[in-house]
Amino acid sequence: MPQDASPPFPNPSLQAAGSAGLPPTAGGGADDGMIAGIRSVLAECGGLAVDAGRLAVDDDLYAAGLTSHGCVGLMLGLEEQFDVEFPEKLLNRRTFESIAAIRDAVRGLIDGGEA
Amino acid sequence: MNAAPAGAAPSLSARARAIGADIAARHAEAVDRESRFPTEAFDALRRERLLGAMVPTELGGGGASLFEVAAACHALARGCASTGMIYAMHQIQVACLVNHGSNGWHRELMARMAAEQLLLGSATTEAETGGDIRNSVCAVEADQGTGEGRFTLAKNASVISYGDQSDVILVTARRNPDAPSSDQVLVVLTRDDYRLEKTTLWDAMGMRGTCSDGYRLEAAGVTDQILPLAYADLSAQTMLPVTHILWSSTWLGIAADAVSRARAFVRSEARRKPGTTPACAVRLAEATAKLQQMKTVILTAIRQYELACGSPELLTTLSFATAMGTLKVTTSELVREVVEAAIRTCGLAGYRNDTPYSLGRHLRDAHSAALMIGNDRIMSHIATQLLVQRDGSGPFE
Repeated sequence: MPQDASPPFPNPSLQAAGSAGLPPTAGGGADDGMIAGIRSVLAECGGLAVDAGRLAVDDDLYAAGLTSHGCVGLMLGLEEQFDVEFPEKLLNRRTFESIAAIRDAVRGLIDGGEA
Repeated sequence: MNAAPAGAAPSLSARARAIGADIAARHAEAVDRESRFPTEAFDALRRERLLGAMVPTELGGGGASLFEVAAACHALARGCASTGMIYAMHQIQVACLVNHGSNGWHRELMARMAAEQLLLGSATTEAETGGDIRNSVCAVEADQGTGEGRFTLAKNASVISYGDQSDVILVTARRNPDAPSSDQVLVVLTRDDYRLEKTTLWDAMGMRGTCSDGYRLEAAGVTDQILPLAYADLSAQTMLPVTHILWSSTWLGIAADAVSRARAFVRSEARRKPGTTPACAVRLAEATAKLQQMKTVILTAIRQYELACGSPELLTTLSFATAMGTLKVTTSELVREVVEAAIRTCGLAGYRNDTPYSLGRHLRDAHSAALMIGNDRIMSHIATQLLVQRDGSGPFE
């Protein structure tokens, strides 16, 4: 079921600003490396029902068996892997809904950290 | 179609208070003794149109806020805990529909809920998964036989409270037969869509009027009946916070009535020996302090919900989930402590079943609180969340 097609609430007036809204980056080699890193953390810590290596970057991770409990392990694994710290406002289900969403969040944190 | 104008009729909580004190209280002992549905109270709630209180006014409902509904649960539970709890469970389902049911099918049902004062129940627990409501074995299955857009669903529901009396039941299930157990949806079924076969009978220590029997449910319907948002999101944004707020308000009603009885007992003692404060009054002060503590955490949680309401981002943060989880654990322990302090205040007059100060039913009802979605399960979940939680950035965080 496409969750991103329409917002669940008519007026999401308080959408998080800042790092979650950073423009997508150009991609390329660094991007591939990050996605491979995310896949390996997913495989190790995500507790998924399927092989993380076979997920497309936009696949719904919750449909693949990710639970809120699994999110905690996933997040700790990502922090270790990429040497970042997720702030409070990124601690929600949307941040971890797909490999692409995780990539955007991690990239935002890395770029934000360098600024 | 129109609800009474807000200024003309007594407020929701005033009407609930009258029903709680006059009708629910009068039948509470019989409901408890016979473990039967509080029919008289629900007939009155229908007459006063309180079952549609939270349905939006444009659909013919009362458009009540969560605060008002919480106050109504409290007022009903003062008279009869089972009545308050059934009203709470009903309103939790209504809230899920109001917040997440936007298609024509759902809106038509909400209009019917207001017009016909339908009673909503839920089937979240399953024989195979027990109290773990965030995993399902049963699944929504596309119905190949009858054409596009139809489904069938069969669930071995270990508990459907007041299943016999429900007009509509909201059922959790896996999204499809291939989905993992955690990928759930919430399916809205009307009486015409399902068949129930009773598997177990509710004969419990307390909350006996909730008639929490077990059933095997078999249903068929159209896919429009399935709420579009994933259950995990729906739970985080509406079902979990509303459940814990309304359950807590119901328990507060039990505690408040226990303190009322204890206060009446202390006053009668004081009248017999004017000029001295009875020794047991200290226990009453203790009960009152805990009651106030309970009230405070509930009002705080309602305020937190109101502040986050309308923002899926805020409603799905870990700090909000932790606040709503700890609410339930805290109030479920406090209700028992308040009732116990009230019993100590009244002494044998509270312990006996035949005095105006009897508190046996209150104590038995209060003991259900820690067990409904077990506190140990919630605390272990919160402990896991705390591994990654950060300080919030909102007010008082």
